[in-house]
Amino acid sequence: MKRETIYEALLKIISPYLPEDVGEAAISPGSDLIRDLNINSSHLVDIILDVEDHFNIMLEDQDMEALKTVEDALGIIEVKLGTTGNS
Amino acid sequence: MTMTDYLNHIVEKLPFAEPFLFVDGLTHLDEDRVRGFFRFRPDLDFYRGHFRDRPVTPGVLLTECCAQIGLVCLGIHLLGRQHQEREGGYVVALAESSMEFLHPVYPGERVEVTGEKVFFRFGKLKVKVSLTRADGQMACRGELAGMLKPEEP
Repeated sequence: MKRETIYEALLKIISPYLPEDVGEAAISPGSDLIRDLNINSSHLVDIILDVEDHFNIMLEDQDMEALKTVEDALGIIEVKLGTTGNS
Repeated sequence: MTMTDYLNHIVEKLPFAEPFLFVDGLTHLDEDRVRGFFRFRPDLDFYRGHFRDRPVTPGVLLTECCAQIGLVCLGIHLLGRQHQEREGGYVVALAESSMEFLHPVYPGERVEVTGEKVFFRFGKLKVKVSLTRADGQMACRGELAGMLKPEEP
């Protein structure tokens, strides 16, 4: 799966969980989901569960700990999908 | 530890205290389900104002009772299994609540709450809850979610 395809899908997954005063345009690869996009810890779990369903992958506790930015999420998804050896 | 001791131990681990403890005891607890009870004593202070001259248990407190038994007790049990032999308390935060209220609960009634796990992932517990009166009528039901984690030492 191409990185752009994953990124597009990720944006769609994240958008519904943005606070009302944060628009989709605010999302960039470097955005920290909690600090920059103001997503709370409960919705962060929702996003991860949606990511799991959408990409048919399973994330572990250590993935959750490593996941801070949109780019981190992208990297984790790529590794799980085996698309690129991101490490 | 006997099952009864364990159920009491979970109630003691609750981070709530009077006047905001809405759990008297638990009768069942496993990986997926919890059942407990509480009696809304007629002398509870809020009955003086909800409603004036016509006391009825506020829906928010039925929700709270559902959350303390159905969400927090089950959550402490599940967390305790993840962090074995851990001493210390837990930090909890209600994240989502969607409830419907079907019948009133009057002062002095004993209610029973059942909580059923929908999922518990990454510290988020989502449950289906229901609260029934002693006469078997369901007073409210819905879904609640909360974040739970062990207290930092």
